[in-house]
Amino acid sequence: MPVNKDAVGKQWPPVAYEVGLEKIREYARAVGEENPVHLDREAALAAGFRDVVAPPMFCVVYSAPAMGPAVLDPDVGINLMAMVHGSQEFVWGEPVCAGDLITTQPKLADVYEKDGRGFYVFTSESTNADGKLTVRGTWTNIVRGV
Amino acid sequence: MAELGDLNQGDSLPELRVTPDKYLPHRYAGASGDFNPIHIDPEFAKAVGLPSNILHGLYSMAQVARAHTDAAGDPRALRRLEVQFRGLGMPEQEIVVTTTVKEADDGRLTTETEAAQGDNRIIRNAQAELALD
Repeated sequence: MPVNKDAVGKQWPPVAYEVGLEKIREYARAVGEENPVHLDREAALAAGFRDVVAPPMFCVVYSAPAMGPAVLDPDVGINLMAMVHGSQEFVWGEPVCAGDLITTQPKLADVYEKDGRGFYVFTSESTNADGKLTVRGTWTNIVRGV
Repeated sequence: MAELGDLNQGDSLPELRVTPDKYLPHRYAGASGDFNPIHIDPEFAKAVGLPSNILHGLYSMAQVARAHTDAAGDPRALRRLEVQFRGLGMPEQEIVVTTTVKEADDGRLTTETEAAQGDNRIIRNAQAELALD
């Protein structure tokens, strides 16, 4: 069965995420961050941040509520039982701090078939309340047997 | 970040070693919001053909990111990270992140990096960019 490319180019409504200080701390502890700028307000301010700053990979936390509906959309038609996360790219912009409101816009950038597997490439752009880009993501999901 | 600025092509960044404990996937699930049972339920994972519950790929990617931000001493230094997820990451096995400088150009480093548990390379073909300004 060939891959269905009909949804390529589809964009989903932007989803906003409000970044909480304790959520940053919880994430930082889970991934083993020891830099105090991710845990302690005074350390973050002293290092020039507006507040406790999120580790770069915290972008997966604030992007997730936007990406879920895109991956699950029947128009895209991914067989979730056969899906694996194949590759991931992030390009970072402005740092994200506690109290920020981040809005993420997902898009289905490409669908293609290779070696009997379907590749579903989503992109995301996340911006802060000043309209500055915080991260651009490229999320590639691979589906066995297309 | 003067030390990083002295690095040349072929040099290594400090290795990062971390052993996620048995309950790490549960804490990462809570922290990230990804409660896919393949990460937190050994019985479910075995029922779908996995050896046991596996690490979240994005947790392992976060270790690769941390190897770079720790080396730089500043989370702002990491500008780009691209990875491929391949082998299955398992709890209670040490992850080793190794990183080599591929290009060093005027305060910008491009690295080749990977994460492995023993011979099992769980993150491969990864590249990062660090800016040292």
